[in-house]
Amino acid sequence: MGAKKGGHRDEAEEDLARDPLQAILLADSFAQKFRPITLERPKVLLPIVNVPMIDYTLAWLESAGVEEVFVFCCAHVRQVTDYLETTKWLTQPNFKVSTIESHNCVSAGDALRVIYEKNVIRGDFILISGDTVSNMSLTEVLQEHKERRRKDSNAVMTMVIKKSKPSAITHQSRLGTDELIMAIDPDTKQLLYYEDKVEHLKGITLDKAMLSENASVSLYNDKQDCYIDICSPEVLILFNDNFDYQHIRRHFLKGLLQDDIMGYKIFTYEIRSSYAARIDNYRSYDAISKDIIQRWTYPLVPDVQFFKNSATKLERQGMYRASEVGQSRSAQIGPSTVIGNGTTIGNKTAISNSVVGEGCCIGSNVTIEGCYIWHNVTIEDGCKLKHAIICDGVILKAGAVLEPGVVLSFKVVIGEQFVVPAYSKVSLLRQPINQDSDEELEYADDSSGVAEHSPIANGAIRNDSSEMDACTTSEVGTNGVGFIWSLNEAALEEEWRHSVAPIPADKLAAIMLAANGDPDLLTHDENILPPSGELEPESVTNDSDTDVNDEATYFEKEVEATFLRAVEEDVKNDHIILEVNSLRLSYNMTALDCASALFYSVMKLALDMQHNTASELFTNVAKVLAKWKTLLKSYLLTIDEEIEVIMKFEDICMGSAREYAVLFEQILHLLYDKEIIQEEAILSWASEKEEAEESDKVFVKKCEKFIRWLNEASEEEEEDEDE
Amino acid sequence: MPDVQAQVNDFVVKLQKRKIEGSKATAKLTAELLRSVISQQRIPHGSNQAGVIIEAVRGVGEQLIRANPVELAVGNIVRRVLHIIREEDLSLTTATIGGLSVSAASDDEDELERGDHPALSAAAVAAASRSTLRPPSLQTLLEDVPHSAAVPHTYSSGGDSEGKSKSTDKNSRTRKLKHNIIETVNELIQDINTCHEQIAEQAVEHIHQNEVILTLGSSTTVIEFLCAAKEKKRSFRVFVAEGAPRYQGHILAKELVARGLQTTIITDSAVFAMISRVNMVIVGAHAVMANGSVIAPVGLNMVALAAQRHAVPFVVLAGIHKLCPLYPHNPEVLLNELKSPSELLDFGEFSDCMDFGTGSGSPLLHVVNPAFDYVPPKLVSLFITDTGGHNPSYMYRLIADYYSADDLVIQRRPSS
Repeated sequence: MGAKKGGHRDEAEEDLARDPLQAILLADSFAQKFRPITLERPKVLLPIVNVPMIDYTLAWLESAGVEEVFVFCCAHVRQVTDYLETTKWLTQPNFKVSTIESHNCVSAGDALRVIYEKNVIRGDFILISGDTVSNMSLTEVLQEHKERRRKDSNAVMTMVIKKSKPSAITHQSRLGTDELIMAIDPDTKQLLYYEDKVEHLKGITLDKAMLSENASVSLYNDKQDCYIDICSPEVLILFNDNFDYQHIRRHFLKGLLQDDIMGYKIFTYEIRSSYAARIDNYRSYDAISKDIIQRWTYPLVPDVQFFKNSATKLERQGMYRASEVGQSRSAQIGPSTVIGNGTTIGNKTAISNSVVGEGCCIGSNVTIEGCYIWHNVTIEDGCKLKHAIICDGVILKAGAVLEPGVVLSFKVVIGEQFVVPAYSKVSLLRQPINQDSDEELEYADDSSGVAEHSPIANGAIRNDSSEMDACTTSEVGTNGVGFIWSLNEAALEEEWRHSVAPIPADKLAAIMLAANGDPDLLTHDENILPPSGELEPESVTNDSDTDVNDEATYFEKEVEATFLRAVEEDVKNDHIILEVNSLRLSYNMTALDCASALFYSVMKLALDMQHNTASELFTNVAKVLAKWKTLLKSYLLTIDEEIEVIMKFEDICMGSAREYAVLFEQILHLLYDKEIIQEEAILSWASEKEEAEESDKVFVKKCEKFIRWLNEASEEEEEDEDE
Repeated sequence: MPDVQAQVNDFVVKLQKRKIEGSKATAKLTAELLRSVISQQRIPHGSNQAGVIIEAVRGVGEQLIRANPVELAVGNIVRRVLHIIREEDLSLTTATIGGLSVSAASDDEDELERGDHPALSAAAVAAASRSTLRPPSLQTLLEDVPHSAAVPHTYSSGGDSEGKSKSTDKNSRTRKLKHNIIETVNELIQDINTCHEQIAEQAVEHIHQNEVILTLGSSTTVIEFLCAAKEKKRSFRVFVAEGAPRYQGHILAKELVARGLQTTIITDSAVFAMISRVNMVIVGAHAVMANGSVIAPVGLNMVALAAQRHAVPFVVLAGIHKLCPLYPHNPEVLLNELKSPSELLDFGEFSDCMDFGTGSGSPLLHVVNPAFDYVPPKLVSLFITDTGGHNPSYMYRLIADYYSADDLVIQRRPSS
């Protein structure tokens, strides 16, 4: 027995020995998010915190124990291979890096098909793109993957995910990507559903079969896809067989999830303490830069020389300074800032939350806030920069101002006192004229066009610039060089979502307002999870990270929606009560909340009916109340609920429906007449309000007469009884 | 040579990527690397042979120190090896001079030439005799500065007159020098290997019956020390402060329980509450500086202050490789390293606090995770090294015996 076991282990070890751990690194994102910068330099060579992205990826792969890496280059092939040669990545001991070149690939799918044809992948491999920053250990995930493979040969891929809450307002992750919804089997960690383009107005549809086949399903919206995949060789075969697979997530992943015949399975692996993220757009460029500065990516941080980066020292408040920086005594360098080697900074210049590259020359009285300045940039006196990306060799003439979200591509010159408007992109290259709106086609155009384009472009820039001085000075100021890329209306509207600059406050307010006005938009989150509790209750509570206040509004909207449907479809009272009760249970609300929510719905209905004057509105109310009296009454069982309804009515008058304010007394009287609210409730409400602040008493005062009358009536009654 | 260079590069990369954990492992690997550097170093005939080896070691040492300036053990071992080279060279020269001066009585030419340096030779012999009686005093260290340069010169000047026999002699001397150095470096490696046992041997002298010992975090030295006392039938209790954020105290507690010790785990913040019941605090260190201060895992300063308040002895265990000849105010000493904040908290849980897409775009939440604390000498009651117990004020003497004053500055200034 023992011998057998030993033999088995030997076999496993042999397995490991036979296949050195391989990785495929896609040095092309097949996207255009970083245009216009990527027209001149491939994305993987763009520096993040002064080190090219590909160095982070390669350094991580090396430290994670990967022995052989195939770097797939497509756009700007020469630049990538030249870079790898000059930086000695190709000559590392125990770490073999080889490049695979192609000129006609338009997507990740094409790239994998080319690699399949080369027949170099022998075992399980890691598939990542060259813009990934991570410090995770691969041992555990590889082991899990291998073990699953031994049991089930259909488990072809394990993808790495990480918890990261999306913003409740903009429905995008902190990396600027759209909110991602995944369904995962909590026991096996199998991925069942993946949707990264959620239409928030419509919600998502889950396959019924998915729910019936799996004992339990957890639905997450707070996970981030790290784009690190552990793949089996079958993945390449699948790509080769399905030549229409282009995008790894959109086509391949979803294809496998929907395909029942082959039965291929994809699993997830969640990392907790380690870090992994992919630089997908300018927003994630900003977020990941800050994560690196805050050391979440340790040991891939500026003051550790993980690969040929210059010696940098970490000083107080998270400020990193290279060994040779010429800094004026009066310059103020704020927290979370990186200053590269050989940079000089002039008098009274203030820099905060920024990264400044090597060999930059910054003049006096310059303000730099939240910017990413690459190498050899000249910034003259008195410039003001906010949340911008400035590429190599840019010159900002004295007094130039960059508004938030500006991107200046290589060697652009901005003229004196020129103000570059927010979110504009400036490049020496003219904007391609036929901009396809369809993204699928866009990247096709990108990679093929650019591959041929780049050598010419590099040579042509110098010649062009002299001519441009004469003809296009106006575009970026006097003596400026460069073209401002124009955006169409729709793109501009979306631009701020993915920009380096934080989303401006007015945009946030606008989104918030839109969300409040449209009940569907707010409630969709909860709609996804059926309140009847088909899913595991655990997953529901885990993922709904809304606080009690939100719950209350959600609940209110739900009740209103239910009620309106009831009005339209003429549902019986009993059924409405049943539905409202089930809502009450699922939101964990009290009977008081039900009463007020229902009352609100009724009033809203009356308000929505056609009316021109206050009196018309009053008749509407009377009509509606007459019809729904019994329904309301069934929730108004005690005095407390009636008081709650009055208070709610007050809220309505002050907030959402000011039309009712003038009718307050009349409607209260009506409610009393219809025996919806008893006099005791009104009186105790009035007495409660007596101690309240003046502003709160507005409505009590309005119906002073009515209350006095009620008081007298009750006294009379008492007198009657006395007699 | 290329083979050694590859080894050096490999080690540098490992240091840079913080792949070697623990100062003992680092020290041992450094010593072994330097040993192979020395053994592969070609020594030219004639001129300053020790100088060549020193230069080679210093060159490699510089690379290693730059690779990970936080791990002081690297620099300590480099300086230690340099010191060994100087010592060996000195003792060998004095021996040969001694031997030569006997034979030189018949040789007039040599007598004349050497007559120029009579005082020097005498001093050298004296120094050598002193250096053989270990440990050498501070005086020898100061004196041997001129010798290492001057003594080989006297020797080589004599070498010109006698051709063949001298050159074989020279070869054998080279071999002997190298051999002696490697021998002593081996001893050093041996010392590093056995430092835990050496320290642990003294455990029974310090831990008494029924005492309560407090420690923080985990250190192999401390484990060995406590277990050695346990093996010698002392019964005592141990309070383990868990040592946030890495919680290595938990590992220590497991280990101690496995060896049958009464163990209590407390949080770091409870140290002050518990210190009044404690008889002695025993902790490990990252490095011991020349002024007797300690660079230690975070939280130890707090423990030391609590111990001082209640007059509880604060004992630091440190192997010889942790003795650093530098002072903490030296700019070369990088006092701290900030580790990943993920040791403190889960990124996912706090990801909404780090959404830079909203607000001003500047991070509002900062998580800082420094690795080390500084404990000033006045808070330390006793150091236990493998040579015995020492007062903090004595540390500079101990350090002077192990290191040569010439080697304190290894990193060359970029300007020079």
